[in-house]
Amino acid sequence: MRIVIAKPGLDGHDRGAKVVARALRDGGHDVIYTGLRKTPDEIVRIVNDEDAEVLGLSTLSGAHDSLIPKICQKLKISGLSNVVVFAGGIIPDRDRSDLHNSGVRAVFGPGTPTSDILHFLEEVKSRKNKHQEVGVGQDPGWHWN
Amino acid sequence: MALELNEAQELFKSAKNGDRRSLSRLMTSIESGNIPNLERKQCWTLGITGPPGVGKSTLIGQMISHWLVKGHRVAILALDPTSPVSGGSFLADRVRMDQADLSEEVFVRSIASGSNTGGIPNYLGEMCFALSECGWTRILIETVGTGQYDIRIFGYAQRVLLLDGPDRGDIIQAEKAGILELADFIAVNKSDLPGSESAVQGLKLSLGLSENEKRKVHLVSALEGTGIADLISTIDSCEINDSRRKIRMREMLISNWDSLLLNHSQIDLYLEKLCSGSITVNDAINSMVREIISRGE
Ligand SMILES: Nc1nc2c(ncn2[C@@H]2O[C@H](COP(=O)(O)OP(=O)(O)OP(=O)(O)O)[C@@H](O)[C@H]2O)c(=O)[nH]1
Ligand SMILES: [Mg+2]
Repeated sequence: MRIVIAKPGLDGHDRGAKVVARALRDGGHDVIYTGLRKTPDEIVRIVNDEDAEVLGLSTLSGAHDSLIPKICQKLKISGLSNVVVFAGGIIPDRDRSDLHNSGVRAVFGPGTPTSDILHFLEEVKSRKNKHQEVGVGQDPGWHWN
Repeated sequence: MALELNEAQELFKSAKNGDRRSLSRLMTSIESGNIPNLERKQCWTLGITGPPGVGKSTLIGQMISHWLVKGHRVAILALDPTSPVSGGSFLADRVRMDQADLSEEVFVRSIASGSNTGGIPNYLGEMCFALSECGWTRILIETVGTGQYDIRIFGYAQRVLLLDGPDRGDIIQAEKAGILELADFIAVNKSDLPGSESAVQGLKLSLGLSENEKRKVHLVSALEGTGIADLISTIDSCEINDSRRKIRMREMLISNWDSLLLNHSQIDLYLEKLCSGSITVNDAINSMVREIISRGE
C-alpha cells in the first residue's frame, strides 16, 4: 500500500517515525515520509498529492488531542474519507476513544513492535478487499486496538 | 478495462479543470496502466540526475521558489528505488523540499522506481504529458541517481541537469555512461564546503577535452541558496536541443523493451531454467519474445 508517515506538531524528533517508515518499507509497502513539523493543511495536501491509502501520524508532544482530530476532520472535508488513519507515539489510554471517534483506526504506543503495525495493515487490506469500511470518514464500527 | 479507461478519461477532464484530487488519482491511474487520451504535445520537462546525497532534492526545493516567483506552476516527480528484497520503498525526497508544502502551485509526487532498469518507469512520459495539459509549466524529474543507468532519463526529459558535489569520484560513473557528455546543464553543489571549487575545475577539464564545448559549469549551494538564480536563468534561456531526438527515442525504446521483459509473467521460471542450465540465454529471449508478441503487448 502507499502510506504517508507524517509528523504534526512542533517537536523535533523523528527517530521513531523513521524507524516505523523503514519497517513498513521492509514489509513491502511504499512509504512516503514528510519530514518534521507539518501543519494539518500541509499533511492533508501531501496525502492527496501522493494519493496515499494510509496515513500514519506520529506525535510525541501531546499534540494528539488537538492536531490529530483536526487532521481527520480536514481529510473528511477534502474528499479523503477513505484514507485509513493510524496514530503512534505517547498517547494516554484515556484519549484513545476520542481518537477512535475522530476516525483513527489504530493507536500504537512507544514500545509497539513494528510487526503489530504490519499486522494491522494486513487486516486493513483484507477488510478493504471485502469492501468493509475502514477509512477515516467511514463507518466507525471497527478499530484495531 | 473499458470502464477503467473511461474513469481515466473522467479524471483527466476534471484534473484539467483544476481539481487536485482528480489530478492525483489520474497519476495513480497512469501508474497502473490506464492512460487517458493525451495530446502528447511538447511539454517543459527537466531531469535532475547526480549521485545519491549530492543535493538533488534540496536544489529542487530552491528552484521551486524561483519559479514560483516567476509565476510558474511546478510539478515534481521524485523517484526513489524500490527495495529488491521486500518490494517496498522509502520515499523521502520531499523531506528536503520544504518549499513545496507552502504553495498550492506546487505538486510533488513520489514514485517508487519498481523493477525497471535505470529506475525510470516507462509511464513517466505519460505523467509528464498529463501534468503539462493540466497547466503545470515546470515539470521536474528527480532520478534515483545510481550512476550508469541514469542515462534513461534522456528518454523522458527534454533537458537534463547533472549535479555533482565536492567529492568527485561519483561523477566518474556519469562520465563513463555518457551522461556528462549529454547533460544540457552541469552544476556543482555544496559550494559552502571545501573541495567544490576543485570539482568545478575537474569538470571543466573533462569538458575542455571536447572541442566546441559551450556549457558552463555552475557552482551552487542548495543549502544556502547561492548561485541558484544564475542556474535558473541558464536553464530558462536554453533552447531545447533537437539533435538529441534520436538519443531520446533510443533510451525510450530501450527502457520500454526492458520493462516488457522484466514484467514478463514467466520471468522467474526463465531465470530458474537459466540457472540450472536447461536453456541458453538465446532460447530464453526467443521464447519470451514470442510470448510477448502472441499476447499482443
Ligand atoms: N553543505 C551542504 N549540504 C547540502 C547542500 N545541499 C544539500 N545538502 C545536504 O546533503 C544531504 C542530501 O541532500 P538531498 O537533497 O537529500 O540529496 P539527494 O541528491 O536528493 O539525495 P538522494 O535523493 O538520496 O539521492 C542533506 O543532508 C542536505 O542537507 C549544500 O549546498 N551544502
Ligand atoms: Mg533526493
